[in-house]
Amino acid sequence: MNRRTLTATALALACTLLPPQAEAQQRTRLTVYTALENEQLAPFKRAAEAAVPSIEIAWVRDSTGIITARLIAERQNPRADMVWGLSVFSLLQMEAQEMLEPYTPQGADALRPNFRSDRSPMTWTGMDAFVSAICFNTVVAQQRNLPRPSTWADLLNPAYRGQIVMPNPASSGTGFLTVAGWLGAQGNDAAWTYMTNLHENMQVYTHSGSAPCNNAARGEYGLGISFDMRAVTLRNQGAPIEIIVPTDGVGFDLEATALMRGSRNLEAAKRLADFAVSRPAMELYGRYYALVALPGVQPAVQNYPAEFEQRLVSQNFRDVALRRDAILREWSGRFDSKSAPRN
Amino acid sequence: MQPIVPLEARLLRLGLLLALAVLVAGLVLPLGTLLLRAFQDPDGGFVGLANFAAYATTPSLRLAAWNSVWTAALTTALVVPLAFGFAYALTRSCIPAKGFFRAVMLLPVLAPSLLPALALIYLFGNQGMLRDLLFGHSIYGPIGIIVAQVFYCFPHAALILAVALSTADARLYEAATVLRAGHLRIFATVTLPMARYGLVSACVVVFTLVVTDFGIPKVIGGQFPVLATDVYKQVVGLQNFNMGAVVGLVLLLPALLAFAADRWAQRQRSGLLSGRAVPYLPRPRRARDLPLLVLCLLVAGALVSLVAVAIWGSLVTFWPYNLALTLQNYDFDRFDTSGWAALWNSVRIAATAAICGTALVFTTAWLLERGSPGGAVAGAVRFIAGVPLAVPGLVLGLAFILFFNHPANPLGFLYGTLAILVLNGVVHFYTVMHLTAVTAIRQLDPEFEAVGASLKVPAVVTFGRVTVPICLPAILDIAVYAFVNIMTTVSAVIFLYGPDTKPASVAVVHMDEAGQSSAAAAMAVTILAITASVKLLQLATGGLVARATQGWRQR
Repeated sequence: MNRRTLTATALALACTLLPPQAEAQQRTRLTVYTALENEQLAPFKRAAEAAVPSIEIAWVRDSTGIITARLIAERQNPRADMVWGLSVFSLLQMEAQEMLEPYTPQGADALRPNFRSDRSPMTWTGMDAFVSAICFNTVVAQQRNLPRPSTWADLLNPAYRGQIVMPNPASSGTGFLTVAGWLGAQGNDAAWTYMTNLHENMQVYTHSGSAPCNNAARGEYGLGISFDMRAVTLRNQGAPIEIIVPTDGVGFDLEATALMRGSRNLEAAKRLADFAVSRPAMELYGRYYALVALPGVQPAVQNYPAEFEQRLVSQNFRDVALRRDAILREWSGRFDSKSAPRN
Repeated sequence: MQPIVPLEARLLRLGLLLALAVLVAGLVLPLGTLLLRAFQDPDGGFVGLANFAAYATTPSLRLAAWNSVWTAALTTALVVPLAFGFAYALTRSCIPAKGFFRAVMLLPVLAPSLLPALALIYLFGNQGMLRDLLFGHSIYGPIGIIVAQVFYCFPHAALILAVALSTADARLYEAATVLRAGHLRIFATVTLPMARYGLVSACVVVFTLVVTDFGIPKVIGGQFPVLATDVYKQVVGLQNFNMGAVVGLVLLLPALLAFAADRWAQRQRSGLLSGRAVPYLPRPRRARDLPLLVLCLLVAGALVSLVAVAIWGSLVTFWPYNLALTLQNYDFDRFDTSGWAALWNSVRIAATAAICGTALVFTTAWLLERGSPGGAVAGAVRFIAGVPLAVPGLVLGLAFILFFNHPANPLGFLYGTLAILVLNGVVHFYTVMHLTAVTAIRQLDPEFEAVGASLKVPAVVTFGRVTVPICLPAILDIAVYAFVNIMTTVSAVIFLYGPDTKPASVAVVHMDEAGQSSAAAAMAVTILAITASVKLLQLATGGLVARATQGWRQR
């Protein structure tokens, strides 16, 4: 083979490796950005496409921080038609930047008042609540004689020194949610005192929101502060962890739905938004989360305390979102600068 | 009167301008779009240096900057001598199994960085099998960062040094021996000066890689603050792109340093391999070969065992509580909607980028070194080529969104396609490919072109008939380097993939975040299997290539 044939072959090979044009679709293809868990994507897509036969869902899934950053970076020329399953704090950030298309989905008025946008028409609608929780490794606890905590206050016990991990609130939405919950439940001064004391027991502040629970499940640490949904996947794999929703008030966040301003498929996206607040959709959310936006839907998820709802701190999402910068600056000033690792 | 520029010189100049255009569109403009934000507020108003002032008052900044510098310096000090010894053994000694060592040397870049991180946790974590070796220190922190970085940076340094050491003029060694210089003296006065350019490049590459990498500090660094995780915090945690751009600009300082070092090394160089050169062939010498063999065995042993631990980790049901072996972790469709399709995406992206990227990089490097008299265009290309190394992947990914997604950009059609992932990959890894190409070309005497010119052979023909064949092993190295790095990279593409173009390396991160670390390890191992096969293919055909193009090296 001489050199010219070689070059030609290489170029031809390069061309075939590029994607063929997508075949024409009958249904409207909606690009949906989401931070849902991987195992939720297939059932959600199946249910939505069955309920709204004219659409086809193409997911772009990533962690909350990455998806939010992408959406905001794409602001000038949005690629997502809608968002289905993203933290309400992220959506409020986008609302402030006029990125959301106002639309009140059919039936959205029936949702719990705190679980939907207070604007008219609405900018977002809630799906379900997820809470900050403690992943407690029972095997490690036995080895190291760690008592089972049932409240946040329990975590100040000196027995937990160097045994606790939590996400850095400046890097992770879960971390922020936890801190916001303490501030809401205990009040400003008491919460900062609490965090200062808790800092003594903390081994590491991680950059990822799910790492604390993953690490607790692997026995790297005894206790990981994370969010409740994370623990389910790990338990199913056989991790000896227990999920503890503390009784003295937990911060919570909503998974929510919104239409993106500038979507090229607005009508189809509206149909999906209608489905997202419907009862069948809520029953679907209830398979994974203990508290869904529509009152009267009985969640099917196991292992949650009956009075789960009462443990949630009452909080105004917009207030918390507005104070976010100030809270994080305070937190970083107190804990980030002395964050050399303890051994 | 206008001087008459010959057609050929104009063509070469045109080629260089074309290369400049690609680099400007793929790097300068996107990066410029982002870095301008360092001087703006979130609404786009000009604020001068206010963001820098705000960043300078960040409480942990001084600590993070100091941590970045010392971990990078220590890693460089550990990696470069180790890599030099290894590369020296491969090129200047008569140890057996060179092909094996050459393949093992690349192991760390063949797999996503999560693989060694997981392996280190399995070995040295709080439940680790060898945790007592740390004497009570935690792997989460500087120790973990440095161990993982040494592992990860080793092949980058070894690749550059192996190329730098691979060609030598035997006459210099004969002269030195005749003058009765001892082995050490020859090493210090002949070998080291000839490898000087490679050594400077290797140091610069390793230092910059460590400073800009956020993946390793994020996974295994605990909360040990470094500058690269500041970018992550600003962009992903706070969605503050203006501040992210500020930190990105600060991280470009090493690139400026690298540029200065490169210019310095270039002024020092002289034609190393002249047309009359006699290739150096090492002869067996026990006192040299035996210690080198031991070094190679130790390094290879460490690299292989880390990977072996990760492979084992991909086969256990749930570490550390259920160590029963299973193949279920390889059923990717259970864990991730894109499943096995992600692997095919990755292969297509990486193969396209390797072919197009290598052609672009090598031609550009040759045009810079030999084709044209230089001038402002050459200076610009040379500078731009050094920049990507210092740009954290997150910054590059964000820059690509802001630039290619802009409604007014005529290149906007690329956004969301595989093509943008290809372009991103080529740009992201441009620097090391460029350095390898330049190192290989600089070892050739410009006399080749001079002789070509005096025989009235166009320079392009000399390039095709002489330069490319002589450098073919290096060219293949570059292509394989591009392929494996693009197969494993995460940080930039995590912002750029679309619904149908999710790469496998991103799927690995997703599975790990979802708590499926065994499945993540399994996907990482599958990526490793693909990249390793490509590398083995290169080694297998290497013999053929060498016979076809490197016969002149034999006396």
